[in-house]
Amino acid sequence: MKITKEIINKHGLKNDEFKKIKELLNREPNFLELGIFSAMWNEHCSYKSSKIHLKTLPVKNKNVIQGPGENAGVIDIGGNDAIIFKIESHNHPSFIEPYQGAATGVGGILRDVFTMGARPIALLNSIHFGDVKNKKTKTLLNGVVSGIGGYGNCVGIPTVAGETKFHKTYNENILVNAMAVGHAKKDKIFYSKAKGINKSVVYVGSKTGRDGIHGASMASAEFDENSEEKKPTVQVGDPFTEKLLMEACLELMKDNSIISIQDMGAAGLTSSSVEMAFKGDLGLELNLDKVPCREENMTPYEMMLSESQERMLIILEDGKEDKAKKIFDKWDLDFVVIGKTTDTKNLILKFHNEVVANLPIAALSSNAPQYERKWKEKKLPIKNIKIKDFKKIKFDSAFFKVISSPNFSNKKWITEQYDQMVMCDTVQKSGADSSIIRIHGKKKAIAVAVDSSAIYCKSHPFSGGKQIVCENWRNLISVGAMPIAITNCLNFGNPEDPKIMGEFAECIKGIKSACEFLNYPVVSGNVSFYNGTNNKNIYPTPVIGGVGLINELKDPVKNNFQKEGSLILSIGKNFGHLTQSALFLEVFNYDDGPPPEANLLNERNNGENILKLIENNFINSIHDISSGGLIVTLAEMSINSSLGVKIKKPKSLSNLFEFFFSEDQGRYCIEIDKEKYDNVKKILQENNIFHEIIGVVQRDNFELEKELKISINDLYKINNEWYYNY
Amino acid sequence: MNSSVIVFPGSNCDRDIAVALEKSKFKNKMVWHKENELPKSDLIVIPGGFSYGDYLRSGAIAAKSNILKEVVKASKKGCLILGVCNGFQILIETGLLKGALLRNQNLRFLSKDVYLKVLNNENKFCNKYKSNELIKLNIAHNEGNYFTDQKHLESLEEKNLIAFKYCDKKGDILNDSNPNGSLNNIAGIFNEEKNILGMMPHPERMIEDILTNQDGMKLFNSLFN
Repeated sequence: MKITKEIINKHGLKNDEFKKIKELLNREPNFLELGIFSAMWNEHCSYKSSKIHLKTLPVKNKNVIQGPGENAGVIDIGGNDAIIFKIESHNHPSFIEPYQGAATGVGGILRDVFTMGARPIALLNSIHFGDVKNKKTKTLLNGVVSGIGGYGNCVGIPTVAGETKFHKTYNENILVNAMAVGHAKKDKIFYSKAKGINKSVVYVGSKTGRDGIHGASMASAEFDENSEEKKPTVQVGDPFTEKLLMEACLELMKDNSIISIQDMGAAGLTSSSVEMAFKGDLGLELNLDKVPCREENMTPYEMMLSESQERMLIILEDGKEDKAKKIFDKWDLDFVVIGKTTDTKNLILKFHNEVVANLPIAALSSNAPQYERKWKEKKLPIKNIKIKDFKKIKFDSAFFKVISSPNFSNKKWITEQYDQMVMCDTVQKSGADSSIIRIHGKKKAIAVAVDSSAIYCKSHPFSGGKQIVCENWRNLISVGAMPIAITNCLNFGNPEDPKIMGEFAECIKGIKSACEFLNYPVVSGNVSFYNGTNNKNIYPTPVIGGVGLINELKDPVKNNFQKEGSLILSIGKNFGHLTQSALFLEVFNYDDGPPPEANLLNERNNGENILKLIENNFINSIHDISSGGLIVTLAEMSINSSLGVKIKKPKSLSNLFEFFFSEDQGRYCIEIDKEKYDNVKKILQENNIFHEIIGVVQRDNFELEKELKISINDLYKINNEWYYNY
Repeated sequence: MNSSVIVFPGSNCDRDIAVALEKSKFKNKMVWHKENELPKSDLIVIPGGFSYGDYLRSGAIAAKSNILKEVVKASKKGCLILGVCNGFQILIETGLLKGALLRNQNLRFLSKDVYLKVLNNENKFCNKYKSNELIKLNIAHNEGNYFTDQKHLESLEEKNLIAFKYCDKKGDILNDSNPNGSLNNIAGIFNEEKNILGMMPHPERMIEDILTNQDGMKLFNSLFN
């Protein structure tokens, strides 16, 4: 077939990129080879726009065993235990086909984790939808939630935490980010680097079908009104096969049969084989006649670019084939030797006894284009409007409006569709600042949380990037865990637009500064560009997934009020920052002005001392103060218990709205016994931490002197009714 | 006492059940579905999960497996059989228990803690519970909506073959406390001989205070004596 301009463009390759391909090959590629290049050189697989920025992120601390560049990141949690985790986006497929898009997002991230030898122990997700009034939103929401649940529930991994947000910026481009966390033995971690010549390359798992062909290229382009036509590029998931594949792989991993292993994710057989060969500085020869196919007459092009799910590529030690095959037979899965490693450093594909492609591995990987795209800085918005400038509103009606809004209403209707308890190690389910998962059969546990704040990032990307790392760190602290490392999913618009590239570059800078200061490195992640439709880009939405360690699991600290009569303290200084707050957005529909500034020094100091207070059993319950401010924090601590609060009128800030709705960072709300106050106060004062007594825990009512009084039951109803009327 | 947990491709509560059985001192063995023989067992447990991916109908394919023939034989000899969640669905599909488990009334997967009333404690499964004891267990299923014909339903009630019913936190059995639409709020039933119990809630998830409570442990402790 003649390679025309049209064919090149259809493969998402730019003209100068095609020129580069010809230079690298010293000839024109054939159609199959062009397809392989397009799969490897697209944004999703090559990180060509993001690489130079990602390189600046801190990736190491004393716990990190493996940083970015593998299937997932690996951290040491003491003894022979390691935690392996990663987050990944499945935004475009989920918009086209919400159930399958979300389900296969979960499937893909699970494979990234068990490929490395870990048994997955927790799933998390961050999902963003358009305005609730947008007519697509409800269908997308229901589809995505049941897709996430459908997959995780069936494989039998608890879905323990997440966030669901709504904003018109996602009307035509939703975000579905899934995170998986697994536990492995430190001396049994598997990598994707091929080693040795003439080793068997084995295909295991599902058969290859015609689904998902060019999925990665689709994910690297903007949407337009014809996006619906892309449905055939969405993969179809089968969690049952995933479960079998997981058990078979983990069984095979018990001995020393595997040299390297890689899941077939984006760009399927192409990227998995290239990646393994590239890392091992080897070549690979595959006989495509051997590839198990689901459909008849599949061409090499289709086999190499299919994104059929639940498949793996394994390079085996000599003589282990029979034993390995037995395991896959037991689980009724395909197991076929489809090729071998070579010293040619080329990817050679054979089909019907002919060489159908012969490409240097380096051309596909290390020689892929890298761009230093132009970017524009975004200045901190100076407009700092005050609450006084708005029309007067009653305090209680503002409060009710916020907690009954889609973004702040209770998400039980989502989390009840996820099995949170299977595996019987979920110590803290979703609904707290972080969830806690015990390491099976041990005393230690990990805390996990996932967070984003697109509103802040849009307003000022640097501040937003910094803030969201801090918030995630704080969420782990709030359950008594020592934060260790993060994974990030960077959802942005079109990187060819300097404004968008600026949002990316500066969010990275913000993330970097917080990660460095908090010793909280990035060990894995994913970049998703081109989130937008018809030149309308989404808000910059970096999503942070954090993992922390609880060395000695006792009764975990609670996130809801525990005892009538105990004191409620706010920790950290409140400056009354209201621009970009829930109050301004949800009540006044005002979105100008700067986001709150995260002061890293205070963040760390406050967090470290909170951890000390938790460890010394000074705290009955705790919740961080973030979006929505102190009043939302107090409401959430009440709603999940039958206890309310009697809040005193504050003296420090004159304006009630500034006091209760401000979103200043680095703050917590804690409940302590009265008799412990002197001790707590001493620790806080010694460490220069500002605190205030807010009120006391009381029965039945949520109350602020003369401004607000509501029973806990009614508060619960207001907080829960949105979805049931949706 | 010896117990066996049957493992199908797609079972995912097998380990959890094994932990609970070992905690209550059973000597437990895991039995792969392709086996033609059961180890010596006083109790056989069919765990929760998605056996065969719930293809065709939950539990339908598992009911035709090699090992299930042995389970049916053992049940006729009086061996104790517990089916939890997908295990309950499988017991229904084999005909060891009567009725059907339909999709949840709201057509969604449902995972939450629920209150249950123990209606019959004069049997091998529930003898450590008090009569009418209020307990809290976790459910996680898509098809837990128990249905049967009127005559069978009446006989279940009359013969006291209903083990658990969904109720509210005061113990009242109401429509509002029915999570999935089950007839008469049924959460678990016995066969006539009361050597087989099928239940949708997961007792193995409630065996530790640090996770939840120990309301499920009493079931395993009842079985072991």
